[in-house]
Amino acid sequence: MKAKDIALDGLFRQNPTLKLVLGTCPTLALTTAAMNGVGMGLAVTFVLIFSNAIISLLRNVIPSKVRIPAYILIIATFVTITRMVLNKFLPSISASLGTYLPLIVVNCIIIGRAEAFASKNPVLSSALDGLFMGLGFMFALTLMGIFREILGSGSVFGVKLWDFSIGFFVQPAGALFTYAIFIAVYSLVYSAFLRAANERKNKDGLAVKGARGNA
Amino acid sequence: MLEMIPVIIFTAMLSQNFILVQFLGICPFLGVSKNTDSAFGMGMAVTVVMVITTLITYPIYNYILVPLGFEYMEIIVFIFVIASLVQIIEIILKKTSKSLYEAMGIYLPLITTNCAVLGVAELVLTSNLVHNLLDACVYGLFGGLGFTLAIVLMSGMREKLDSARVPKPLEGFPITMILACFMAMAFGMF
Repeated sequence: MKAKDIALDGLFRQNPTLKLVLGTCPTLALTTAAMNGVGMGLAVTFVLIFSNAIISLLRNVIPSKVRIPAYILIIATFVTITRMVLNKFLPSISASLGTYLPLIVVNCIIIGRAEAFASKNPVLSSALDGLFMGLGFMFALTLMGIFREILGSGSVFGVKLWDFSIGFFVQPAGALFTYAIFIAVYSLVYSAFLRAANERKNKDGLAVKGARGNA
Repeated sequence: MLEMIPVIIFTAMLSQNFILVQFLGICPFLGVSKNTDSAFGMGMAVTVVMVITTLITYPIYNYILVPLGFEYMEIIVFIFVIASLVQIIEIILKKTSKSLYEAMGIYLPLITTNCAVLGVAELVLTSNLVHNLLDACVYGLFGGLGFTLAIVLMSGMREKLDSARVPKPLEGFPITMILACFMAMAFGMF
């Protein structure tokens, strides 16, 4: 698979948050502030790159009957490393992620990519897939974080903009509402994009036919 | 400290509801809430696993990992306990009760990767309400019942939703989340 396809899949066409709707728990719980989204996104990206790479290296060694426990063990190792590093060097991010940091182990995106991609593809493209899926996740979380932080507490990345705020958006109910709106907007944009691509293909097809006809 | 038990029950089941307030276990909440029977089965299976998990992980953490200074191994040990526990329950159910296995069996493999189960194992370690093993088990039990309550209520509403007309971009996940949004508002009142 080409690197460009992998990148487009992770960021847009197969976006893990908006298209596949995986890893919903941290998405809903941590988007109260934009910075949380960035922190969670980076942690997940790091784990995804390495778990995908290792699982892809071991894809011919792991017997298929015990593959899920084996994947979980590999993932748990990298989550432990991430947690230790964050505790040591970025204690403020580690504190704001709270219980959701160890819960990266059971984040469906990571097991999902291991099962759907890393177990079938070579190392380099698996690591790339991990990178772009992680970035797609981070991108969606940060956007939702910015949206909820502006409306819910009148600030962006902790910088106060104005005093106006709607408390609803930082409450749990606001998280579900925001997520619903984001998926709906994404599916509108995506279907418009597909239609445009189809029209272009049809036009090209006609042009090619026309050219042949002339020749 | 038995007088703390009602507080723990109220917190775990309603005011800190696993699904609607803490957002743990959203995947089964959205995936297995299409009809009431399967939602109830899933809820009960999760409750059972949550109680047994806390019963095992709480002593392991406090009496084995802490004295040995192995706290950093907590994630790996917990996920290992949960995965093997789910496997054991599945085998026992298969051998002893055919009907129970048929009702719960299909949900069991999904539970390993359910955030609510690993979540409760982590939460009872940090929650300031939990002081001993009994508290931890009560937290697990009522957390699971709160999970069941939310998922059964949701499935009831989704059965009605089938006959409603929904705008195209909102079909599927978005409308379900908007429903859940109203439920979260109700639970936010506690």
